[in-house]
Amino acid sequence: MTHAASAAAHHTSLGLDSRKMAFWAFIGSECLLFTSLISTYLVYKGKSVVGPYPHEILNIPFTSVSTFDLLMSSLMMVLALAAVQRGDMRWGKIWLFSTALLGLVFLGGQVIEFTEFVHKGLTLQTNLFGCTFFVLTGTHGAHVSVGVLWLLTLWVRALQGKLTQANAMTVEITGLYWHFVDVVWIVIFTVVYLIQ
Amino acid sequence: MKSWLTTTDHKRIGLLYFFTAFAFFLIGGIEALVIRAQLAQPNGHLVTAETYNQLFTMHGTTMVFLALMPLSASFFNYIVPLQIGARDVAFPRLNAFSYWVFLLGGLFLNASWLVGPLFHAGTLNVAPDGGWFGYANLTERQFSPGPNIDFWLLGLQILGISSLAAGFNFIVTILNLRAPGMRMMRVPAFTWMTLVTQFLVITAFPVITVGLAFLMFDRFFGAHFYVHEAGATPILWQHLFWLFGHPEVYILILPAMGIVSDVLPTFARKPLFGYTVVVYSGVLIGFMGWGVWSHHMFSVGLGPIADSVFSATTMLIAVPTGVKIFNWIATLWGGDIRGTTALHFAVGFIAMFIIGGLSGVTHASPPTDLQQTDTYYVVAHIHYVLFGGTIMGLFAGIYYWWPKMTGRLLSETLGKWHFWLQFVGMNLAFFPMHFIGLLGMPRRVYTYSPELGVSDLNLLSTIGAFLIALSIFVFLVNLLRTRTHGQRAGNDPWGGATLEWSIASPPPVYNFSVIPTVANRLPRWKTEHHEPMRDPPATPPAPIHVPGGSWWPMLAAFGLPILALAPLTHTLWLALVGAAVLLAGIYLWAFEPFEV
Amino acid sequence: MNEHSQNEHSHPTADVYLRVAAVLVILTVLEVGVFYVPVFHPVLVPVLLVLSGAKFTLVVMFYMHLKADSRVFTFLFGAPLLLAAVVMVALLFLLLGALTLRGAAGAG
Repeated sequence: MTHAASAAAHHTSLGLDSRKMAFWAFIGSECLLFTSLISTYLVYKGKSVVGPYPHEILNIPFTSVSTFDLLMSSLMMVLALAAVQRGDMRWGKIWLFSTALLGLVFLGGQVIEFTEFVHKGLTLQTNLFGCTFFVLTGTHGAHVSVGVLWLLTLWVRALQGKLTQANAMTVEITGLYWHFVDVVWIVIFTVVYLIQ
Repeated sequence: MKSWLTTTDHKRIGLLYFFTAFAFFLIGGIEALVIRAQLAQPNGHLVTAETYNQLFTMHGTTMVFLALMPLSASFFNYIVPLQIGARDVAFPRLNAFSYWVFLLGGLFLNASWLVGPLFHAGTLNVAPDGGWFGYANLTERQFSPGPNIDFWLLGLQILGISSLAAGFNFIVTILNLRAPGMRMMRVPAFTWMTLVTQFLVITAFPVITVGLAFLMFDRFFGAHFYVHEAGATPILWQHLFWLFGHPEVYILILPAMGIVSDVLPTFARKPLFGYTVVVYSGVLIGFMGWGVWSHHMFSVGLGPIADSVFSATTMLIAVPTGVKIFNWIATLWGGDIRGTTALHFAVGFIAMFIIGGLSGVTHASPPTDLQQTDTYYVVAHIHYVLFGGTIMGLFAGIYYWWPKMTGRLLSETLGKWHFWLQFVGMNLAFFPMHFIGLLGMPRRVYTYSPELGVSDLNLLSTIGAFLIALSIFVFLVNLLRTRTHGQRAGNDPWGGATLEWSIASPPPVYNFSVIPTVANRLPRWKTEHHEPMRDPPATPPAPIHVPGGSWWPMLAAFGLPILALAPLTHTLWLALVGAAVLLAGIYLWAFEPFEV
Repeated sequence: MNEHSQNEHSHPTADVYLRVAAVLVILTVLEVGVFYVPVFHPVLVPVLLVLSGAKFTLVVMFYMHLKADSRVFTFLFGAPLLLAAVVMVALLFLLLGALTLRGAAGAG
């Protein structure tokens, strides 16, 4: 009887996982957050009254490598999910850690980029390009940082043996977040770096 | 005490929301009374111009974010799971987190009334003073050097997190936790409007979050998002604010519309007329609410194209709203009407909202809007919508559901006194403002000269405001008296059609002893098509698992005001402490064994 | 456990993931490529938007499984995304118009 009652408690009217649904709603909400930031970037494009201007400072080859790195991390993430779903925790751990590592590499790249910009005289206070660029890419970087922390947490849990095939949904949701962050970067890379 | 601090029960959280929000409602009301006392006579000198700015800013901010939204949230919490036949919301601990963040955010904002000496301000009060809309670039450090605007922007950021968390929670709850057989088109109108409201919350709040973040970077880190000299335009803030602000208006009114759509059928003993149309026009209002924001900005001079487009969309949005009004009236038509206090408030809502809606359509037209902008005419309009509309609707909900929430009926006699005093009071307070505005008195100015010829009208308005205060006092007496003298409600004092009336008042912690199976839209009523459902048994046939409480949502919530104190006081270590507390709360929460 | 068995049916295999990754890499190389080839400069913006739109769609459809998953998720993501797109276009129209007018007035 107790078992039946607890099964009834887990009944959902759409037959979908509640956490996953909440996460999709969250991602929908994030769309508006990044849209507001990107719109502001575009509105203020070419409106800076002093330099440095985007074309003088943006390093396309360097950022292309970062973009490639983040794309590969998305691949690692889906491979991690596939491994956990089939119960292969050995590869699950390897892919989870690789995803986090590539995320860290991306963040490292962003730190190098920001430092270089500051040396070339572009700060948050310099001009509108500085304001909009640093706040947009910084918000994205903050999202990547949260993702890295999350992935490393899952990795440690997997090492402890507390993350197993039964937690595949947790890995899937982490993946949704991670891919969304990647997708946002796809847009930022095009809108900020390539369309100057 | 501990069980209340750690509670994850939606009913207790609903009550916490109610009492907290009502306390803020009283604070916001006192601010309004001081404003009205100041304006009772020309050349008033009760408060200084500076304090007056803080009063109207905090009155607006408090009423919108700390009173009306959370009072609606109290019903989302208490009633929605009951209406859909659920044992709790989808994420009970996230729900507790929303409440604690709301409480702490509200205290953070209101602390600004008392902490002036800490900032060497020379006055006790350093409350926000830039209006509830906080127009840039008045809010820049250059023009507002004190901590006032900091309190406002940081407080709103905190409150936004609370609303967003609740938004995700209720969307999932309503979509995914409905009882078997409760298809979407069988969901009660109030729950439907809650769902639409939450979609508006999760899409509108990110926009204001970004707008406020820009302001934060401008004020604390020397950025130039709203600084004209740097090539920026302060109009950006207006767009971001009203992109949020207009959906916010619907966030405030849709729950009240939902309440009225549930109250009217119960007391007319008739199904809601055109349920489907009421639901779809609610959804349509939600969508169209996103396409009208620039009507707040006609005086900016947006150009003929933008003016025409936003004027047209604003007039169009009156259509689904009007549809709802006709449906409500048709629900009453030919019904077996019982004139309870709840029905009085519901009908009062309709009447007052029509007036507010009509004056709203007048400023959909840019030429007339230019005459009305920044005058008391607009103040009259928003108070007919938000007081005559939202507050009346919320009181209908309070009189309707209070027996369910506490097990005792509120006194009908005192209730009628409350209604008529409030009804007369609000019309006396806000109707003259139409004339005051058209005669040329600007809003947000702390005094006026006798030559303007609006002294008598202002005195009338002030008398009305104090009548409203009296009516709220009667309501408080009613609440207190009901604790001990209220008549026992039983399961269903009104003969309601929806699931919340099928269980005890107040409901047991598990709500439904057996999760009901729903076969139609009015499960508890006998209609020509079906018999009423059998109510769940009073004692559960099988043991029911009830999740325990948790401290960690509250701990995580405490991280946010600590984080906000860091920029306010320019103390880096506070930011680290706040982040650590937030993180600790989240990790303890995530790894705590908690079976829903 | 139940949800696990569902996932196995709706989720693509590692093979599909690798192929999508290959396409994503090619598209990125193309993006950077057209940026450096002068021939493309007149049509740079539309070409880049199409390429990044394709990448966006691939990740969402295959890595986030939206192609095979419940329509509810598509709505929860798609509706706000559509709204966001409309808001962006409206903001650009409203604000760029305003700023251009101001610039013209300043010049005049």
